[in-house]
Amino acid sequence: MYKTAKEKLPAVLDAISRYFSLYLPVDYEDGAVFEAYSYGKTLSSKVNTVKSPKEYFFPQTETLVNFKVDGKSLSIIDPRRESEDFVIFGMRACDVKSLAILDRVFLSDPIDTYYENRRRHGIIVSMACSKPAATCFCTTFGIDPSEPDGDAILYLDKDTLYLNIKTEKGAKLLTPLQGIIVDCEQNEVDTQKNLIRERLKKLPLSSLQTTTFSSGKTDDFFSSEVWETLSDTCLGCGSCTYVCPTCHCYDIKDFKTADGIRRFRCWDSCMFSDFTQMSHGNPRTKQSERFRQRFMHKLVYYPTNHDGIFSCVGCGRCLKSCPINMNIVKVMKALGGEGNGKQ
Amino acid sequence: MVNSKDSLIPCLGIVTDIRVDTPDVKTFRVVASDGRKPFDHMPGQCAMLSIPGVGEAIFSITSSPTNTAYMEFSIKKCGCLTEWLHMIEVGQMITVRGPYGRPFPVDSAFLGKDLLFIAGGIGLAPLRSVINYCRHYRKRYGSIDIVYGARTPSDLVDYQEIVEEWSKDDGIRIHLTVDREAPEWTGHVGFVPDYVKSLHFDTNKTAVICGPPIMIKYTLQGLCELGFDKKQVYTTMELRMKCGIGKCGRCNIGSKYVCKDGPVFRCDELEELPDEY
Repeated sequence: MYKTAKEKLPAVLDAISRYFSLYLPVDYEDGAVFEAYSYGKTLSSKVNTVKSPKEYFFPQTETLVNFKVDGKSLSIIDPRRESEDFVIFGMRACDVKSLAILDRVFLSDPIDTYYENRRRHGIIVSMACSKPAATCFCTTFGIDPSEPDGDAILYLDKDTLYLNIKTEKGAKLLTPLQGIIVDCEQNEVDTQKNLIRERLKKLPLSSLQTTTFSSGKTDDFFSSEVWETLSDTCLGCGSCTYVCPTCHCYDIKDFKTADGIRRFRCWDSCMFSDFTQMSHGNPRTKQSERFRQRFMHKLVYYPTNHDGIFSCVGCGRCLKSCPINMNIVKVMKALGGEGNGKQ
Repeated sequence: MVNSKDSLIPCLGIVTDIRVDTPDVKTFRVVASDGRKPFDHMPGQCAMLSIPGVGEAIFSITSSPTNTAYMEFSIKKCGCLTEWLHMIEVGQMITVRGPYGRPFPVDSAFLGKDLLFIAGGIGLAPLRSVINYCRHYRKRYGSIDIVYGARTPSDLVDYQEIVEEWSKDDGIRIHLTVDREAPEWTGHVGFVPDYVKSLHFDTNKTAVICGPPIMIKYTLQGLCELGFDKKQVYTTMELRMKCGIGKCGRCNIGSKYVCKDGPVFRCDELEELPDEY
């Protein structure tokens, strides 16, 4: 464990940015966003960003391959370059956990080399949540925001900045931070950890339970009548998908450029009506079916394929972004996932 | 350097022959840019074909793995990409990647079995790969029955191959049907599911069905009425796909992805999945 005075945070950021591309959450009027650091930018004070930082590993749009066309003839140009190490500074426990969920998709055989390249080079500095929000429910999914995963963990209290280096990748930060941080004892952040854990218990969504769900329960929920009711006002806008740190569906499209053709992939949403549209028909013609697909995937299908792990991290972004105020918490409660009174 | 093993980056293919099968189906012969077969596959597996700038989609490989010189794809004109494919000429370069999916169990569950293939329309495309594989290794399998139907006689894909090759093999019986009476058609007239029921097949056969979803549904029902168990019946599914490797998230039926857990399913496995296909 290392520490320095909290007022040295700008010096810490500046020092890291001299060695690595650095990305951090920055506050704006409409909320915080992850963006590239430049001198003078300060770390957001918000619990979480509007969009998750998954885009640094799985970009919203990226080129897969370029083609040159010459009459009937074609050639392929591979656009991939080895990434340089980069640092994502200030990721919350939920977002760090979401990468483990995406890893199981993109790093399973056959490996997605685009994602893997970025994962290999991304150094994650996570940040403990001293003030979890009312929309937070990460503990429902077994996440401890006082002790996030990551290559290094950052703790900020009133006067002090603590940095706990957890991995070899995280240790790469020690060179830039030489002379800024000093050694300290692990237990110096214990008070803060305990305080966070106390606050978590008082959060309004702390009673949300996952025990009703899990792998192999497709039959229990698929035919439930609640899907019709819950999705009644769903606009199919896909906002929930775009802010979600664990949604990984993508589309592949071609785009004609001045000197060839670019094949790119971009995020897609199972909430969209043409997501499964084929020339011979569509297996999900109703919004309620698409709505059901999204939540069944997170609560039943993903756990079925991945050792019971849920594809939700309780970040609460969809609670804030949905224009009709529908979200996974309401879905879980409607399907019997409310802990209070049931225990 | 392009690594063709990298799943989202395709390899180049050259169309070396285009056969017009029916008014809306053409069969494309494809080799890699070095003139060889693009990659090895097993019957029932699929490949992603694309015309860069138009799009990419999944197609079943209709040639048998025993054909080591090239690959064939029978493609019905029914959307944007397939319209373009129907317009290309021999010599056109396209892209191809694969093979994807779980094949038919030709080297396990099918061994020693009497086989019954039932296809409707373009549904013969994936079955042609298995049929020719079984013809090549004829001694490994029992009798072979092929029931094939289309809207009209001119919509029967691979008609020449059926008449000139398949029907001349020992132990292979061909049962053709068309939906409506047609001039010069002396064969059976009627829908595939009804025809299958009327043929009263022995219930010890292993059946493989492929065709439009509605045809699969009623044929399976018919077989069950004849006394077939769903464990004896296989089918191959098709849903919209982008990646082919279980990551883009759109071809799932419940927790299964058609691209990697399928496209071949045994009908009792399908029964365990939610009714969303």
